[in-house]
Amino acid sequence: MERLHWVRHRCRTLLAGNPEGGWHSAPDDLPNKSFLDAHCSLHRVRGKRRSVFARHGPHRQEYDTFSKSYKGNAIRTTKYRLLTFIPMNLFQQFHRAANLYFLFLALLNWVPAVEAFQKEITMIPLLVVLAVIAIKDALEDYRRYLFDRKVNNNVARVFCGKQKAYNDQCWKDVRVGDFVRLSCNEIIPADMLLLYSSDPRGVCYIETANLDGETNLKQRQVVSDLPLQGEEFTPESFPSRIECENPNNDLSRFRGYMEHPSGVRVGLHNSNLLLRSCTIRNTETVVGIVVYAGHETKAMMNNSGPRYKRSQLEKRLNTDILWCVVLLIIMCLTSAVGHGLWLKNLKDPVFGVNTDTSPALAGFYVFWTMIIVLQVLIPISLYVSIEIVKLGQIYFIHNDLDLYNEQLDSRIQCRALNITEDLGQIQYLFSDKTGTLTENKMVFCRCSIYGVEYPHVENARRLEVYEAEKNKAADHSVTLRSGCSAKSRSCRSLSCNRSSVSLHTLTADSEEEDEQLSNQIQARTSAFCSRMAKEVVPDPELVRKLNWFSSPLKEASSGTPSSLELAYITDFFLALTICNSVVVSSPSQPRHVVPEARTPLKSLEEIKLMFQRFSFPPFSALSTFSPPQIRGSPRNFTSRLFTRGKTGSFSPTANNATDGSEPGRDNDMDTPKLRCILDFSAPGEGGNVAQVEDDIKKDDIKDAKTSPDGPRQEVEVDSDSDVDDELLYEAESPDEAALVHAARAYRCTLRGRSPESLLVDLPGIGSLAVQLLHILPFDSNRKRMSVVVRHPLTGQVVVYTKGADSVIMDLAETSKGAEQAQEFHSHIKDQSQKHLDSYAREGLRTLCIAKKALEEEEYEAWLKRHLLAESSIENREELLLDSAQRLETNLTLLGTTGIVDRLQEDVPETIEALQRAGIKVWVLTGDKQETAINIAYACKLLRPNDRLLTANCGSKDACAAFLKELKLEVQCGQDGLTEAPAAGAHGESSSGSVSSFILVIDGQTLDWALQEELKRDFLELSSRCKAVLCCRSTPLQKSEVVRLIRDQLGVMTLAVGDGANDVSMIQMADVGIGISGQEGMQAVMSSDFAISRFKHLSKLLLVHGHWCYSRLANMILYFFYKNVMYVNLLFWYQFVCGFSGSVMTNSWVLILFNLIFTSVPPLIYGILDQDMPAETLKGVPELYQAAQTSKIYVPHMFWITVLDAFYQSLVCFFIPYFALTGSDVGILSFGSPINASALFIILLHQVLESHTLTWIHGLVLLLSGGSYFGFVLLFSVSCVTCSPPTNPLGVETLQMSQPLFYIICAVTTFTALLPRMLFRAVYSTVHRTAALKSSHVEKVESENYRKRMQRWNLSHYRVNRLPVCADNPGLEPSTASVVS
Amino acid sequence: MMASSYSAKDEDGHITVTGPGGAALRSKKPENTAFKQQRLPAWQPILTAGTVLPAFFIIGLIFIPIGIGLFVTSNNIREFEIDYTGVDESSPCFNCSQNFSWNSTQPCTCSIPFSLEQSYENNVFMYYGLSNFYQNHRRYVKSRDDSQLNGHLGSLKPSKECEPYAKHENKPIAPCGAIANSMFNDTLELFYNDPNGTKILIPLRATGIAWWTDKHVKFGNPGDGLNLTAEFQGTTKPVNWRKPVYELDSDPLNNGFINEDFIVWMRTAALPTFRKLYRIISRKDNMVPTLLRGNYTLEVVYNYPVRSFEGRKRMILSTISWMGGKNPFLGIAYITVGSVCFFLGVVLLLIHHKYGNRNNSADISN
Repeated sequence: MERLHWVRHRCRTLLAGNPEGGWHSAPDDLPNKSFLDAHCSLHRVRGKRRSVFARHGPHRQEYDTFSKSYKGNAIRTTKYRLLTFIPMNLFQQFHRAANLYFLFLALLNWVPAVEAFQKEITMIPLLVVLAVIAIKDALEDYRRYLFDRKVNNNVARVFCGKQKAYNDQCWKDVRVGDFVRLSCNEIIPADMLLLYSSDPRGVCYIETANLDGETNLKQRQVVSDLPLQGEEFTPESFPSRIECENPNNDLSRFRGYMEHPSGVRVGLHNSNLLLRSCTIRNTETVVGIVVYAGHETKAMMNNSGPRYKRSQLEKRLNTDILWCVVLLIIMCLTSAVGHGLWLKNLKDPVFGVNTDTSPALAGFYVFWTMIIVLQVLIPISLYVSIEIVKLGQIYFIHNDLDLYNEQLDSRIQCRALNITEDLGQIQYLFSDKTGTLTENKMVFCRCSIYGVEYPHVENARRLEVYEAEKNKAADHSVTLRSGCSAKSRSCRSLSCNRSSVSLHTLTADSEEEDEQLSNQIQARTSAFCSRMAKEVVPDPELVRKLNWFSSPLKEASSGTPSSLELAYITDFFLALTICNSVVVSSPSQPRHVVPEARTPLKSLEEIKLMFQRFSFPPFSALSTFSPPQIRGSPRNFTSRLFTRGKTGSFSPTANNATDGSEPGRDNDMDTPKLRCILDFSAPGEGGNVAQVEDDIKKDDIKDAKTSPDGPRQEVEVDSDSDVDDELLYEAESPDEAALVHAARAYRCTLRGRSPESLLVDLPGIGSLAVQLLHILPFDSNRKRMSVVVRHPLTGQVVVYTKGADSVIMDLAETSKGAEQAQEFHSHIKDQSQKHLDSYAREGLRTLCIAKKALEEEEYEAWLKRHLLAESSIENREELLLDSAQRLETNLTLLGTTGIVDRLQEDVPETIEALQRAGIKVWVLTGDKQETAINIAYACKLLRPNDRLLTANCGSKDACAAFLKELKLEVQCGQDGLTEAPAAGAHGESSSGSVSSFILVIDGQTLDWALQEELKRDFLELSSRCKAVLCCRSTPLQKSEVVRLIRDQLGVMTLAVGDGANDVSMIQMADVGIGISGQEGMQAVMSSDFAISRFKHLSKLLLVHGHWCYSRLANMILYFFYKNVMYVNLLFWYQFVCGFSGSVMTNSWVLILFNLIFTSVPPLIYGILDQDMPAETLKGVPELYQAAQTSKIYVPHMFWITVLDAFYQSLVCFFIPYFALTGSDVGILSFGSPINASALFIILLHQVLESHTLTWIHGLVLLLSGGSYFGFVLLFSVSCVTCSPPTNPLGVETLQMSQPLFYIICAVTTFTALLPRMLFRAVYSTVHRTAALKSSHVEKVESENYRKRMQRWNLSHYRVNRLPVCADNPGLEPSTASVVS
Repeated sequence: MMASSYSAKDEDGHITVTGPGGAALRSKKPENTAFKQQRLPAWQPILTAGTVLPAFFIIGLIFIPIGIGLFVTSNNIREFEIDYTGVDESSPCFNCSQNFSWNSTQPCTCSIPFSLEQSYENNVFMYYGLSNFYQNHRRYVKSRDDSQLNGHLGSLKPSKECEPYAKHENKPIAPCGAIANSMFNDTLELFYNDPNGTKILIPLRATGIAWWTDKHVKFGNPGDGLNLTAEFQGTTKPVNWRKPVYELDSDPLNNGFINEDFIVWMRTAALPTFRKLYRIISRKDNMVPTLLRGNYTLEVVYNYPVRSFEGRKRMILSTISWMGGKNPFLGIAYITVGSVCFFLGVVLLLIHHKYGNRNNSADISN
């Protein structure tokens, strides 16, 4: 079904690409001619463009000719209409092979020579299947219909030409060319071009959560050069024509132009388009013209059906079904030949009917007859049953309490329906690191500034305490959570106010995702407001240095940091505070928030009122300046400091006085200007403001336009400390929030943000408004982000850059200053590098903070080109990238930070369990090698006595040689360690005392290793290693690795990840699992299962995977058994009826036997059976592997099952045969005990095979048996002439009144089941010993192991601190005591 | 399909128009019920030697007595069978079997003497048996018209299933079809050869041999059944029959479609070697056995040809028990299965002894 759905969808998308609904004007005509030409080209289908006119504008005629033909906004996602349901549905259903098979049989039965049953009867299976599916489809479609109706009847305010006003209209009545006015928080009804926004800058914000799950706001821009901005928009006089491309499903692309009557063309691009189903945020009113409506909107064209994956088991199943076909053909051939021979030997019988047909022809007919008679041998209903069983399994997985995350209130999502049993077959697991193994909740841990490390001992202790606390008291987290959720709820109320500036992860990791899961806003906020992240305990040393700032009295005391260092520290914290895109809000007192000058909370009036109440100057009055009160001495001191620092850097004497200089930063400083700007930053001199603003106008035309509204100076905020606590930072990436919180701990507080400025509290200085000139957002190529600001204290244009250490270290070049300066810089760099290395070894995520001061001319030169890049339409992205790279050079390294990303709970346990289950765990991460290794240690992927093989090669040849060398080494090592190297790490992992190999490979080496020539070596090497760590790998590499392993080794792979960079890997693997964590929806959207914690994997795989596999495998075997067993009864009968295709059963009973009487028990068996209790499976993960290797569903099991079925059918047929032979038994009377015994055997066989029996099983078995007897009794009482050729009247009643019937049934049933019973009993007696023993041993051993691990944990920190040399291939087993 | 309700986002990618606050109020926490958490109390039928062996012994103990009972019952049944096909030249019916023709008007009769070694105490059932007669052939079985047999001559148009025995000389055949057409039409008569030389005709009861349901529900004569000749006007007799259906018996309650010989014939046999009840010899009083020990003569009006397909015809005299006719198989089967169970029980006991104990000790030692 899914596949059909999908195909249908594909067709629709393809069809939609056709120009059926879009007429296009000639695009290349001269502007003034184009209207005319538009008419001419009306019937010329260009296939590329569409023209849109205002519906109620001046071009009514053109509108009628063009836009009328576009699709309306009504949507219909239903597949069928009321009248066409039956033919359409039938047509779709007959695409299935199974239905075609049934149809073929039904038709075959209409051939008189072949006919086996009455014509109606062979239609029954077909009709039942068709009806069941049709009902299901109809229900589904009805649900869709209701949904469509709801959506279509949503109300939007649409401009009405007659009344010249915006009226409420249903969505479905919106047409292309309509003007729609939307307010904040309304949902966009169709794809519209943004023509007006109440925002003075002509932007509006949309939230695309409904579309892609991203909750960050996206900025949309009014079509540029519209003269209508400012006043309310008048749609009736909208004269322009819009040319745009045809509807397509590319969400990120929109091209076109708007042509004004004057002939001027204005380019349109994606940022002008408001997408259907997005929500307007932060903007009071917007007006747009609809360009795509209904099914032509990008949102609708992006609908994709559910995933369809084919499971391994199904593939196996198909081969067995082929075997069944072979069996069927053999049986039919036997019958055909038998019949031919029989007929040949027969001379002129009294009972002959068509004796004139030649034996050969009769044999041929019998062949087909037998195919009809034995049709159930091909278990077509198996496919339907498997589908139902999988739905049942998914129902239980979905309802599992253990896979529910209390904090996020999220269950597991099962997105792929048909690969549940693959979960039980996983051999390789590929995991992302950040967010998957770790929480992705970043907590600031330590930092180094100016080459001096601040270890934050207290902070580290706090983190440990927190963890202990968390482990100790579970209810603690509950209280914490409730506190947080209260906050997040108030966050929610502020959602209209959220900033849209995109935020990015800025880490050594190359993770570029910034998506957020809409329904996890709550969770995310609670993550950020968790006490742990917020309360960074400052390092006393650093505090002391910072405080020195605000306490001038201590100026002369000992240990005074040099002023240069102070400047570094200040800059460092300033950078932490402002170099981000964090949005500030204050949940408890929302009105206290100053963040968004341009974004009214509700209306401007309210804002004004609000600010008046809080004695803030309203924004409009900001330019008239209000004197801030700043505590005198510290501020003065600060300016003094900065002044001194600068002057110092000019004079050589000062250079000598301080032990370093800052040449790159300051030596070109224009002193008078500095003064001037410093003065500006000082209070009370309003005159300068205008002057500065003049400067800015020159600098930035765009900014100047809107400057009157921007808060451009310091605003004194009542800096009560309790206000601090209520500030809430919303960051898209957790590390940004962590850094801002860290800065706040040092009283460098980000108070608010507007597009042009940032409001910052600095210790001892008070609030400062930092003029924000540019944000160069993060991207994964640059691996950094920058802000360009005007320094609040010096007035310089300063670039603050925050980024991955590798990048920043390269960019932080030693400037061409004096030698001393160079030395000084390289000293800082070296120190910082040392600290970075040590951070990485501790598993911290490292970031570098750098700055660069720009001269005005330099800045202006850059600005010019940057503006050019911004305004360019073609390859804008590349130009912007270029521009950013041009700016981010010659940086001065300020310092580095280390952020800890804690492991998720139970990750080590989960990994250990998975490894014991025989699953090889690979970690593929973009992180640095050291970080990766340390995380691997932390999550016990790496054991202290494991041997580390590190592959970092500089060239391909080196790589080849190295791989060979490693291979040899591994081989030697393994030969020495284990007798059977092929067994690899599987067996050893549990014993733990034997060292195994861990391969660590970096991105570049991986690149070479994945190439054709080295593939084999790499594979061989990696398959001998217990685990593999790939660091610095790109998303593409991740998927390449998965593909290599999957295809070359032919194993079942699982990939788990949480971010967009894992998507390709998730899609490549047999089973893709998305972690719905901090990083948004993309991984989830592409996954088969979405879980919220890594630890859920163990239950999902070890318990549910195991169950699903064994259930399904057992059910399939049972299904084969059932069919073979029953069909063989009919086959044996052919030997006594001259192979004529006769059956000893009423054909109704025959057909319904499979369809009704024995159809439900296998389903229950497949859904509910538990071969082992969940606790055992979890406690003894080895069972997972055991189930894999013992394989319930393997060829020989299939044949054993078939053989058993043969035996049972022989017994079931021949005992009644011998008991009744020679007597006066009629056909149906003969069939009656056979059928009854078959039913008993089949049902009891299932009881034997079931591992658990609940009341549901009992009920279903009873009902199955009851339904059979009920049916046959009813039939034999009431069917006088109903089933013409057979004669069931009175048969069963008579039979069941005779003891012989029961005597036969009893002995038959028991004899048939005897071997299996015996086998089970003996097998489980003999094997239970082994199984129990092993499980006991395991239990004991795992106890021991746990104890050992605990001991090891104690010594872990010691081990951890040991230097890990990247080029040291073996890590010495450092804990001999553990091994013993 | 169903799972769309499980996933957070609709399968169609439908947008969710509900406001942001709406969904969050209800927790998605799964219910903690035994069913949903798959913790239903379950019986785990782990079959081990220990648990199975009592069952084996018990079944053995039950089956063997039943088997003995069945065997004894079967042995107590008196049964006599005589083949009168006339294959051998010495056979009295050899001549009749040789020159057979469906159209011969002159009935061929033959008499076969036989003797009963034992006297038959209870009601004796007289069967005719046919061998190598495939009444279960698919086409044969179908070749009937139940509706016609039920009394609906229905515009004289027999069902298509009856082809090619549906019409003869443009008249519908009643009863139509191959089954009816091939109806057994030998007449069997039994004489007791009194030791004093007289032949005493043994009265044979021709009614009560068909199932009650067949006679009263399934089969019925057209109309009120009083004037069958008129009712069957316009139909013709089956090709092989010598007389039309309304002349099968003089008794109007055993004539036409409800003739019991006909009904018995119409219930097709399951196997190619079968017997059908022909007559019943009722016991007259409790003092005298139904059939005395001694010599008898079977007088056969030989009409039915079986030589062409190498079939055999038999006459069977049998008493019956609660379990039907004589058949030692079930008794033997029960005894065998019971013994096997017993034996297996012993084997399992050994296994249990060997492994079960070791198992326990292993547990303890661990």
